[in-house]
Amino acid sequence: MTETGESTAAGTEPAAGSGGGRRRGGRGNKVPLGPEGTAGAGREAAYEVDAPLAPPSPAPGIFEVFRHRYLLKLLVRREIQSRYSGSALGLLWSYINPLSQFAIYYVVFGLLMGRDSVENYAVHVFCGLIVVHFFIETFNAGTRSIVKNKSLVRKMAVPREMFPVSSMLVSLYHVGPQVVILVVVCGIYGWTPDPLVPVAVLLALAIIMCLATALAIVFSAANVFFRDFSSVVSILTNLVRFSVPMIYPFRLVADKLGDTIAHYYLLNPIADAVLLVQRAFWVGTTSDPAATARTELPSDLWTYGVAMLLVSVVCLVLAQVIFRKLENKIPERLT
Amino acid sequence: MSYPKSTSIVVENVSKEFTLRYQRTFKQVSVAKMRGEATKSTFKALDDVSFTVEQGESIGLMGLNGSGKSTLLTLINGVMRPDEGRVLTRGRIAGLIATGAGFHPQLTGRENIYLNAAVCGMTEKETDAKFDEIVEFASIGKHLDSQVGNYSSGMYARLGFAVAVNVDCDIFLADEALAVGDKPFKRKCLDKMQEIRDSGRTIFYVSHAAGSVRKMCDRVLVLENGRLGFDGPVDEGIRYVKYDSDEDGFDENADDEELGADI
Repeated sequence: MTETGESTAAGTEPAAGSGGGRRRGGRGNKVPLGPEGTAGAGREAAYEVDAPLAPPSPAPGIFEVFRHRYLLKLLVRREIQSRYSGSALGLLWSYINPLSQFAIYYVVFGLLMGRDSVENYAVHVFCGLIVVHFFIETFNAGTRSIVKNKSLVRKMAVPREMFPVSSMLVSLYHVGPQVVILVVVCGIYGWTPDPLVPVAVLLALAIIMCLATALAIVFSAANVFFRDFSSVVSILTNLVRFSVPMIYPFRLVADKLGDTIAHYYLLNPIADAVLLVQRAFWVGTTSDPAATARTELPSDLWTYGVAMLLVSVVCLVLAQVIFRKLENKIPERLT
Repeated sequence: MSYPKSTSIVVENVSKEFTLRYQRTFKQVSVAKMRGEATKSTFKALDDVSFTVEQGESIGLMGLNGSGKSTLLTLINGVMRPDEGRVLTRGRIAGLIATGAGFHPQLTGRENIYLNAAVCGMTEKETDAKFDEIVEFASIGKHLDSQVGNYSSGMYARLGFAVAVNVDCDIFLADEALAVGDKPFKRKCLDKMQEIRDSGRTIFYVSHAAGSVRKMCDRVLVLENGRLGFDGPVDEGIRYVKYDSDEDGFDENADDEELGADI
C-alpha cells in the first residue's frame, strides 16, 4: 500500500512541481485576466467549458425540482426505504395506521353512535380517510423535511423545494395500495363503477397534491426559523379530520347548518376532494347510486372540484413566492 | 460586464451579512426588549469581495479562522446567495465541502454512492460509468453492500471523498480536504487532487497548510475579516498571512511530513 502510494507520489510530483513553477512565474499580481491563461499552458487551452457563466445557486421555483428528476427519484426512494428500515413489519405500518383509524371511526361513529342513516358507512369513511391521510402525511412530513435534511441543505446547492415535494411523492406512493384495498372493499359491497371514476379520483388527488405541497413548502421553511411550526401543523391536521365529510355525511352540513354555510364548507379543497372520492367509490356501492348522488352530494360538485383545483394551484404559486423570501436565510438558520 | 469564455468564476462586489440572534424563545426576546437590550446584531462575513478566476487556475484561499473562507466557498458552491454583488460560475461544481452530505446511514454504500453522486449533479449513466473508479478509490471492499451506518468514520469519509473527487466537474472546491483518512489515503487524495488540477479544472482550495497550498496552487487569495487582503502569487501570499514565519515553521514541516511529500 505504502509502496504504491510512494511511487505514484514520486511520479506526479516533479511534473506538478514544474507546472506550478512555470505558472506561478507568469502570473502577475492582481491580473487575473492575463494573456498567460491562453498562451502559457497547453492544458488550459484544451480544456474549455461549454456552459454559460451563471449564478451557482439553483434557480428558484418548483419547475427546477422537476428538472432534477433523477435526484428526486433517489430521494423519494431513500425516504421510502429508510422510513421503515429496522422494523419487522416495514411498509405494512403505513397501512396499519390508517386502518386503525378506520377501525376507531367505524366502531365509535358507525356502531356505537349508530350512523345507519349512511349506507355502507365503512366505505364512506374509508374514502375520506385515504384523502385525509394523504394530506396529513404530506403536510407533516413535508414540514419537517428541510430540517431533517439539513446536512444536505447546508452543503449542497440543491433546490430546496425538493424536500417538501419528495415528502409529497412518498405519501402519494402510499396512496396506491390504499386505493387497491378500497376497490376490493367496494367490490365486496357490490360496486357499479361509471366512466367518471378515474376523473374524480385524479381530480381529488391533484387538489391534494397541490394544496398539501403548497402548505408543506411554506411550513418547511417556517419550521427552520421556529420549530414551533411543526406543533402548529399537528393541531391543524387534527382539524382536518373533522372539517371534511368523512365520519359524517355531507348531507348533515346542509341540513343542519343551512345552504350558505354548506357553500363555505365546500370552499375547503380537502372537503371537495373527499366528496370526489366518495363520488367515485362510495356512491357506486349504494343500492341506488343516482338517488345517493342527488341527496348526499352537492349538486355542483364538479364545479367546486375544478375551482378548488385552481385555488390549490394558486396556493402553490403563492407558497413559492413566500418560500423564495425565506429561502436565503435558511442555510444560516439551520443549525 | 461581460467576461471571456475562459473565465471560470466571477465574484463581483460580494457582501454577505449574517444575523446573530441572542435569544430564540418568545419569552427571552420580550424580556430582552423590555430591558432595552439588543436581541440581534449583524456582522459582515464578506465585505465587498471581488475577483475573477480563469479556467484551470488553482486558487489557494487562506486566512485566519472566521475570516470568511467557508462563507465564500458556500457562495461559490451556490448554497447561499450573496446579499450584495453577484457570483457567477461556469460549469459543474463539485467539491470536498460536502463529502458524505446526504449519506443515509440506513442505506448501503452502493446506494449512497448513487445518491451522493446525484446530489453532486451526476446522472445515472455518469455514475454507472464512474462507479468502479469510485469503489476502487474508496477501497472499502466487501463493506460496499452493508449499511453506511456501520462504517467506521474513516470508511465513511473515504466513501464521501471518493464520490466527490470522481464527479465530473469543471470547478473543484476543497475545504480542509485532507483532514480525513489515514496516511496512505491522504497521499492518494493529494495525488488525485493534483490529477484534477492537471486536467485543467479550476480548483479552489481552502487550507491553513502552507505546504500543500504551495504544492497545489498557483495563486493565493487571503481573506481578512471578510475583506480580500491579498490576491497574487503563492509565496507572497503565504508570507502575507505569516504562515511562513519561524514560529509556524514546524507546523508546515509537520504538514509536509503528513502529506508524505518527499521532495
